Amino acid sequence: MSNYEKIKEHIEREEMVARAIVVHAPEGVSIGAEMLVYPDGRTEGSLGSAELDQGAVAKTLELMQRTGSKTYPIETPEGQFEVFVDVFPPPPTLLVFGAVHIAIPLVKFAKECGFRTKVIDGRQKFLTKERFPEADELIEAWPDEIVEQNVKIDSNTYIVVLTHDEKFDGPALDVSLPSPARYIGAIGSKTTTANRNERLRKAGWSEENIARIHGPIGIQIGAKEPAEIAISIMAEVLAVKYGMDKPKN
Amino acid sequence: MQDVLPTIEEWRAEGEDIALATVVKTTGPAPRFEGAKMAVTRSGKLVGSVSGGCVEGAVFEEAQRVLRSRKPKLVKYGISKESAWDIGLACGGGIEVYIAPLE
Repeated sequence: MSNYEKIKEHIEREEMVARAIVVHAPEGVSIGAEMLVYPDGRTEGSLGSAELDQGAVAKTLELMQRTGSKTYPIETPEGQFEVFVDVFPPPPTLLVFGAVHIAIPLVKFAKECGFRTKVIDGRQKFLTKERFPEADELIEAWPDEIVEQNVKIDSNTYIVVLTHDEKFDGPALDVSLPSPARYIGAIGSKTTTANRNERLRKAGWSEENIARIHGPIGIQIGAKEPAEIAISIMAEVLAVKYGMDKPKN
Repeated sequence: MQDVLPTIEEWRAEGEDIALATVVKTTGPAPRFEGAKMAVTRSGKLVGSVSGGCVEGAVFEEAQRVLRSRKPKLVKYGISKESAWDIGLACGGGIEVYIAPLE
């Protein structure tokens, strides 16, 4: 199986893999040697020398933490090489609590931006394939049931809470806050946000935890219509993904 | 990669000879990120983008040469002061593109 085929399989299984390629070599040495690197440090193939392989693995494992692709200079007794490390990360997941009207365009935009999308709602009549044709998963559950439903929340998960009703967003935040989710956003006006934070404080959540919640959700673009609000939310999610988010107010 | 993968798979099923071009380095403003991909076939098909339209034509030609020689190649594009005919990027940035046959 070629490296391309192995990479394709990993992409399809949504498992991280990287390919290191020699793209620049000293005079007389040909370019194009390849090595596959896995997140546990396992490798397949060689770039041509132990120095190059070790150097490339170290850089790759570092780069996998940030997910991106980059060229690195590596100095060896043979001379100066350049190795391109191409990381193929699994897609991020957008977890949407509330199959509400804003969730409909949000799921569309997230899908277009390469996210896997999961919508959670306990109300079957809102959680339909007709309303969410692009969703990867529709999970019929109340927020406090998602632990039992085995919904995975990892550091590649972005959570959006759209219920703006304390009956639902309370339990949704209760499962989100202890998780390693990369982003937690909750819809609601400044008043709703202040009230919610007060409830969370009384429930014993630390200020540090409460500060993880982006609320009011989204970047400020004056959005009014559902699609516009979805754009403002998606923009905030992407800003967090790329490390461009700034603290609000 | 995910953006070009479905098309590459169709081409593979049709038995096309394919070259993959990848942005491996950017300097200054660049329209596409490191890792951005474009694939071309010997028969003249193209998918994806390495520069948002500025150097795709030149990369296509290089890819044809790579498919004939079967040897990977690193090509650099950027603002060129030497010759008005050189291929450049309007944004003032530079990119390096690695082109290899897809095995």
